[in-house]
Amino acid sequence: MAAGRGEPMIPELGHFALALAFVVAFLQMTLPMLGAARNDGRLMALAKPAAMAQLLCILVAFGALMQAFIVSDFSVAVVARNSNSAQPLIYRIAGLWGNHEGSLLLWVAILAIYGAAVAAFGDNLPPRLQARSLAVQAAIALGFLAFMLFASNPFARLDPAPPDGAELNPILQDPGLAFHPPMLYLGYVGLSMAFSFAIAALIEGRVDAAWARWVRPWTLAAWLCLTAGICFGSRWAYYTLGWGGWWFWDPVENASLMPWLVATALLHSAIVVEKRDALKGWTILLAILAFGFSLIGTFLVRSGIITSVHAFANDPLRGLFILVLLAIYIGGALALFAWRAPYLKPGGLFAPLSREGALVINNLFLATAAATVLLGTLYPLILDVLGLGTVSVGAPYYNATFMPIMLPLAALTAIGPLLSWKRADVPGALSRLKFAGAVAAAAALLAWWLEGGRPLPLIAIAVAGWLLAGAIGELAGRARVFEAGALGRLRRMPRSAWGMTLAHGGLAIAILGMTGSAAWKQEDIRDLKPGESGTIAGYVYHLDSVGAAEGPNYHVTRARITLSRDGDMVAILEPEKRFYPVSETTTTEAAIHSTGLSDVYGVIGEPDGKGGWAVRFYYEPLVPFIWIGALIMAFGGVVSLSDRRYRIGAPRRAHATRTIAAGKGAAE
Amino acid sequence: MTRKRRRMLVVLVGLAMLGSATALVLNALQGSLAFFFGPSEVVANHQLPSHFRLGGLVEKGSLVRDADGLTVHFRITDLKNALPVTYRGVLPDLFREGQGVVVEGGLEPDGTFLATTVLAKHDEKYMPPEVAAALKKAGEWRPAAGSQ
Repeated sequence: MAAGRGEPMIPELGHFALALAFVVAFLQMTLPMLGAARNDGRLMALAKPAAMAQLLCILVAFGALMQAFIVSDFSVAVVARNSNSAQPLIYRIAGLWGNHEGSLLLWVAILAIYGAAVAAFGDNLPPRLQARSLAVQAAIALGFLAFMLFASNPFARLDPAPPDGAELNPILQDPGLAFHPPMLYLGYVGLSMAFSFAIAALIEGRVDAAWARWVRPWTLAAWLCLTAGICFGSRWAYYTLGWGGWWFWDPVENASLMPWLVATALLHSAIVVEKRDALKGWTILLAILAFGFSLIGTFLVRSGIITSVHAFANDPLRGLFILVLLAIYIGGALALFAWRAPYLKPGGLFAPLSREGALVINNLFLATAAATVLLGTLYPLILDVLGLGTVSVGAPYYNATFMPIMLPLAALTAIGPLLSWKRADVPGALSRLKFAGAVAAAAALLAWWLEGGRPLPLIAIAVAGWLLAGAIGELAGRARVFEAGALGRLRRMPRSAWGMTLAHGGLAIAILGMTGSAAWKQEDIRDLKPGESGTIAGYVYHLDSVGAAEGPNYHVTRARITLSRDGDMVAILEPEKRFYPVSETTTTEAAIHSTGLSDVYGVIGEPDGKGGWAVRFYYEPLVPFIWIGALIMAFGGVVSLSDRRYRIGAPRRAHATRTIAAGKGAAE
Repeated sequence: MTRKRRRMLVVLVGLAMLGSATALVLNALQGSLAFFFGPSEVVANHQLPSHFRLGGLVEKGSLVRDADGLTVHFRITDLKNALPVTYRGVLPDLFREGQGVVVEGGLEPDGTFLATTVLAKHDEKYMPPEVAAALKKAGEWRPAAGSQ
């Protein structure tokens, strides 16, 4: 008999709810699909209540595990391994998804939320498409519920229960990381919607403008969550890992970047389907790949097949289970695609130099970039399997492959929106970019004057300036800002146009940040005794003292450093070392002074045993722009999502208005 | 432009991009891979790349700090052979004697490994898999010492 300090029955209730969700998912997968094939409305109508019931079951399971974490019920194995009664509440909650089993539960919970959203707000969809999409959602849920029930049960009990638990990995005990995984998962799992709609459309054999309009809000929502999630993760790595770096090309980071690249391509190609009824097969393929990459992102890395800091599971059985699931979903979807895609009706024609052509180029660039990242991520695995040695693929590889692809793409991003559909006037478009060209030259000259030197960073700065000016100029040109009534025209501009300008401008700002910190970062390491000081980038840092303090579940060594410039005090920095006695782990807390244009970043290292401390400082020009830019991009997604035409359920309203208008016409 | 010609054009542009990406990738893989070796492999192998990764356990009692407070010397062992390592900088939080570590850098003429990066970012319970493999190769792998 399990003897816990929590409610004895609640974890069992959670386990039961999970099993129930499995049964419901099976029904939701089979009956509506059968109904759609036989054109049986009653069977199809089962999809909606089933999706709701599935959400209810999974929320009960999620709540049960959450309760076990909050009350520290160490009779539940996952809680005992990943939580501790001394942990603050927020990290006991975050502990739920800081481990393999719990993160799976979060994953299926978000999947169920999306499914229920289609059921609740998808009344505008043709019943057959809705039934089939929900059935595909259920098929995805089914696989992962089976994985949980048979190989990763989050409710497994320990008997006897240990008096206290191990601890959530201290490096994860950070407010930023409490919200990073749910945000990222909202993005990963949101791409399942595009996947389900794509499979449903393939079975139906029909992809049209309306389909693209239905898929767009879901893809956009997933994309913006993914953008924000990657942004949070990079920011977290920046201030926690103590190296002043914000991207390490770690497999897990790559795993979030690849679906982002493909989802970005999908957003753009869906526009072509919607406006011009072309690129249908390619768009379907991207929808499959985007979710495929996010499955790889969540699970391949977690399976322990690729080594990473973030790997949870080291159990080969789990790895195998995951591989089989990946093969079924991605392989099955691609097979269906190969079989059904030729039946899709080909769409409208366009000249190579046109908006469509530009979007095709955008897609080719993004797909190629995703492929190089995939190759770099899998290459060590390939060599290892072939017995050719153990290697690591790091930043030099990506600098040599990913950058030469992304920079031209960013440069072309300024031109694409200026081209017209079907056949474009390229010289005309370029002549409208004269101002952007001037800004690019000025930005590069300014960077050269400030920092001098190497050509690549100057090119990147020029591209960023070009894109930023081009994006703003496009909107300004469309609104004719220099003529009367510009304010009204700007206000009446479709939200999706604002969204695009924000997203492209945000990208430009992020490029500025990445270039600045990658090219002109300065580092200074010193061994300082209290009272001594060092200098970096015109700042003087003076180590005042090093003292001890206590945190809720850790001991603190805190330095007090005065940062000054030209004799004036700028800031007091207090970098910390934290020692977590339960897991005997030390973490570093950087102290950052940000001016908005640049960061001064300080960390304290080990004592030298003779009264001195290793102190390390970084000067990172433009680095805040990375996260500001990424958040602007995500905000662009939000703005575009609020566009009347694309709001979830909007096509139904348009249809309703038409019916009323028609009714009126008939009455008159 | 007919549909066929348009498709041809897209395919051609796609192939050209794939070709240049492949060229970039191959070029990058030539120069930027860091191979991994254990101490016994380094001792046995006389044709080492100028830049590689070395992994094993930090030998107990081998950590020495120079008078400048920043330069450290320690030895990396697979319990059969050991190599001296020099590193100037701040050691990562999880660096500890007796624990697994991976360093990146190159061999000096005197046989010392000069590290530019020290990686010990794995948590306590977890041995870097490369290190576990190196220990296995040297025949000194004990699961009890490694994985837990």
